[in-house]
Amino acid sequence: MEHYISLFVKSVFIENMALAFFLGMCTFIAISKKVETAIGLGIAVVVVQAITVPANNLLYAYLLKEGALAWAGLPDIDLSFLGFLSYIGVIAAIVQILEMLLDKYVPSLYNALGVYLPLITVNCAIMAGSLFMVERDYNFPESVVYGVGSGFSWALAIALLAGIREKLKYSDVPEGLQGLGITFITIGLMSLGFMSFSGVQL
Amino acid sequence: MAQPTIKEVLLNPVFNNNPIGLQILGICSALAVTSNLKTALVMAIGLTLVTACSSMFISMIRSQIPSSIRMIVQMVIIASLVIVVDQLLKAFAYGLSKQLSVFVGLIITNCIVMGRAEAFAMQNPPALSFYDGIGNGLGYSVMLIVLGVFRELFGAGKLFGFTIIPVVNDGGWYQPNGLLLLPPSAFFLIGLIVWGLRTWRKDQAEQPAYRLAPQVSNKEAY
Repeated sequence: MEHYISLFVKSVFIENMALAFFLGMCTFIAISKKVETAIGLGIAVVVVQAITVPANNLLYAYLLKEGALAWAGLPDIDLSFLGFLSYIGVIAAIVQILEMLLDKYVPSLYNALGVYLPLITVNCAIMAGSLFMVERDYNFPESVVYGVGSGFSWALAIALLAGIREKLKYSDVPEGLQGLGITFITIGLMSLGFMSFSGVQL
Repeated sequence: MAQPTIKEVLLNPVFNNNPIGLQILGICSALAVTSNLKTALVMAIGLTLVTACSSMFISMIRSQIPSSIRMIVQMVIIASLVIVVDQLLKAFAYGLSKQLSVFVGLIITNCIVMGRAEAFAMQNPPALSFYDGIGNGLGYSVMLIVLGVFRELFGAGKLFGFTIIPVVNDGGWYQPNGLLLLPPSAFFLIGLIVWGLRTWRKDQAEQPAYRLAPQVSNKEAY
């Protein structure tokens, strides 16, 4: 149990998806003008990440890894080069299915998250979650924890940035720095703050 | 609509319409791989090739793709090209591919590739799309290389791993700026570059959401 808790804390604070690895930056900057929408998108990312990382873990362990097809009588086949293609396929499919399910059974949630779901397919943070999972050889329970943790880390970061930007629009920023420039510098400062976690040993 | 010329599609994205500086595309990888010049260069070449080739292939079959599934089709083409790049790197530069870790795979979700496929390749002939891909790849590369040079030179006193400025630890005179090797510095640098770019070209600056009212002395206060 302790192992999983420390993995969760590590994935949220020390290896923060947005502020330590710069993943999902495009949406991170584009959708962080309002706290409300930022939180909506953040929740959508947590949900999708929590489903796709374990799903890709199963796919990797039972289909793609070297010797993974032993259950089908093909022990020498190594399909790991098909990884990228399969992960992105799984992500796109899961996002699509989630959209349809929400639309049918939980329309209120669909209305809240609806517009953000398609954006998530091309969010690098989702894809990176799966790739990191493969690179670090997580097993299934670890991948569940990592999926939730890394999704949460991204959601936390975007909510924080949106809070700062909402206040920032009332301040007097030099002309060329307006908008994108000052946002970058804000993220830099936030990332500097999050670096203080990197000394934590778990 | 008039066809843009090859020169326009090649050079426009480098300064006038830089994918990173103006369109806010493909930033994720731009930050993570630039702490030294070598990885930045490899990443830039990889992305330029993938963008150019994927734009060309998508443009070749653009009239056959049903619009409802075009995203999936584009994704499959891009992912296949990225697999090729990744396998090549693993075969010929294994150490480098370990250093780049997941970022080669993340070319798939790099918004520049998808963005150009969607915005340009779907409407234009293959050759022109190819050049457009190269042009946008170059715009991205310029930014990456500038960042890479700056961070490696002033952060470690080296370029491509060769010592340029002798640092204090090895008996030289230069005290390296360690911050430049850390992730946050990339944000500061891009922020400053964007500032410079927008001061040079005023038309690219964004309008502030709120204009502060000028300070006026209020007589009732006295």
